[in-house]
Amino acid sequence: MPSTPAPEVLRAPLVVEFPFTRSLGPVQSAFLTGLRERTVLGVKTSGGRVLVPPVEYDPETAEEIRDLVEVEATGTVTTWAWNPEPRPAQPLTTPFAWVMVRLDGADTALLHALDAPGPDAVRTGMRVRVRWAAERTGAITDIACFEPHDGAAGPDHDGAPHHSGEFADPVTRVVAPARLDYTYTPGRAQARFINALAGQRITGERCPSCRKVYVPPRGACPTCGVATSEQVEVGPRGTVTTYCIVNIKAKNLDIEVPYVYAHIALDGADLALHARIGGIPYDQVRMGLRVEPVWSEGGRHPDHYRPTGEPDADYDTYKELL
Amino acid sequence: MRDVAIVAFSQTDHRRSTEELSEVEMLMPVLHEVLEQTGLRTGDIGFTCSGSSDYLAGRAFSFTMALDGVGAWPPISESHVEMDGAWALYEAWVKLLTGEADTALVYSYGKSSPGPVRDVLTRQLDPYYLAPLWPDSVALAALQAQALIDAGEADEPALAAIAARSRSDAAGNPHAQLRGPRDQGEYLVRPLRTGDCPPIGDGAAGVVLAAGDKARELCERPAWIRGMDHRIEAHSLGVRDLTDSPSTRLAAERAGAFERPVDTAELHAPFTSQEVVLRKALDLDERVRVNPSGGALAANPVMAAGLIRLGEAAAAVHRGESERALAHATSGPCLQQNLVAVLEGEPHVG
Repeated sequence: MPSTPAPEVLRAPLVVEFPFTRSLGPVQSAFLTGLRERTVLGVKTSGGRVLVPPVEYDPETAEEIRDLVEVEATGTVTTWAWNPEPRPAQPLTTPFAWVMVRLDGADTALLHALDAPGPDAVRTGMRVRVRWAAERTGAITDIACFEPHDGAAGPDHDGAPHHSGEFADPVTRVVAPARLDYTYTPGRAQARFINALAGQRITGERCPSCRKVYVPPRGACPTCGVATSEQVEVGPRGTVTTYCIVNIKAKNLDIEVPYVYAHIALDGADLALHARIGGIPYDQVRMGLRVEPVWSEGGRHPDHYRPTGEPDADYDTYKELL
Repeated sequence: MRDVAIVAFSQTDHRRSTEELSEVEMLMPVLHEVLEQTGLRTGDIGFTCSGSSDYLAGRAFSFTMALDGVGAWPPISESHVEMDGAWALYEAWVKLLTGEADTALVYSYGKSSPGPVRDVLTRQLDPYYLAPLWPDSVALAALQAQALIDAGEADEPALAAIAARSRSDAAGNPHAQLRGPRDQGEYLVRPLRTGDCPPIGDGAAGVVLAAGDKARELCERPAWIRGMDHRIEAHSLGVRDLTDSPSTRLAAERAGAFERPVDTAELHAPFTSQEVVLRKALDLDERVRVNPSGGALAANPVMAAGLIRLGEAAAAVHRGESERALAHATSGPCLQQNLVAVLEGEPHVG
């Protein structure tokens, strides 16, 4: 059997980007609003420990805690790690130290960045202070970073003063934007499918065990759990097996609503794929309608399917594919 | 309570990238192999449970595609954890203990190659105080390593020795990604050098569990699960003593690990410094063979590396190389969550 060279791996950028919006409880709201006002708040447990950053429940007892206290913007490094190559979105763009800082008045440490000239300038136990961001919104990034500080720790912190946690215009939620950049590769079966589409051919793959033809192929027969590899050209015509009418316009989509989205059993396939139906008023689409793909200029997949004009298919011919 | 055992284990050859394969294409050979070891067919399995993370693929519900590989039609009893497969194994173990099934297929997989895994893992952090700073997984491990150095519990040569031992042991593991000694390399995030960190790669693993006589039927020397437990640390890193892992110790205690010594331990320690923490928490001395497979420092397919520890420990029992083995899996930053299982073989009879 002649061997064919492995096809080139298809690649495409895949960007996942979302603004993660979260509401804040009373303690987190007070803490983050405080940062906006250059005030660092902790929360005191019934055992007398001051937690910074503060939480709403004591991690040891699970008791609800609300007793806010004000701590200093100076503190001591409890451990650190030198970051020679900052990654995107980290607090500083130049090499810096990650530090855990126990602020004066607190019993626990806060993670942040320390701006220092090099690793030789950083050590556990060193004194640091908050460098505030110029523009503050009520977020952990209102602390731009820490910087070295030559003042000694203050007296014993048992007297951390109570704070009401009340501010004008409190922050009640945070928006944490996140973006991750991936490179998507579709795998063998989907690559074969996509390569065939480039030639305006629609291919399914036959299960070697149950002989069913799946389109689009995903590389495995979901019934038998075995790899599919035999390619079978299907369609181009097919039958609408079921459909829905879309009435809400999706963002960035230039298709006028209402339109019909349908399951289409291509001739020769044992699984219906889904696509938009065009070329017919939305309220005239029906089960059994015979359709064919419409390829747009330079399109890499059918833009939509339209009626072929053939008589409708008998229910019995597609009922197994519903 | 019924006795439940791991009766089969299979894994991929872990590689830096499997870009030519989809997840299900990477996973399927593992599923076939692990079933073949037992002679079971997919339809014979009582319960199926998987572990993976959508964030690695960057696609929602990515695990549903992988289900095609197990033959999920007609409908099967199935569950998924958005965690390492070790936790899927825990769920399957409970299912078998309750008598709801006699056999279970557990699998997990992870492809770290499509995305920046150090950054991807930041999305599992607290979204208020940590995630906005994007502290990557190596940075967080480095903070823990420095804490150990400050406490006098490790130094850079000691960490390098753990790296060297792991990669040397991995020379005998055909599935490992880094096989044989390596240079420690430059600092990635000081004090951790490249050699202190796990390789980034893709891989999958599968395990079959069976209860009682069914296990004896399927496997000559089943690896009986004598106990299994998992515990977590307080959420905030600054609340914890990073040089210790009380959750691992408690899980081990509840799993019965301290009742008698173990001879083998498969520890899920992606960073050299974490092995130091785990050895202390588990009270392991030099008589215990730690990570003869090379461990996560030799192959770290995220979401599968913990299940592989359970599988490797079980395989050592299957082969008669271990009488009593401990397996550990972790999840989250700086050993946030920890699972411990104790596996035992029966003496050969006849």
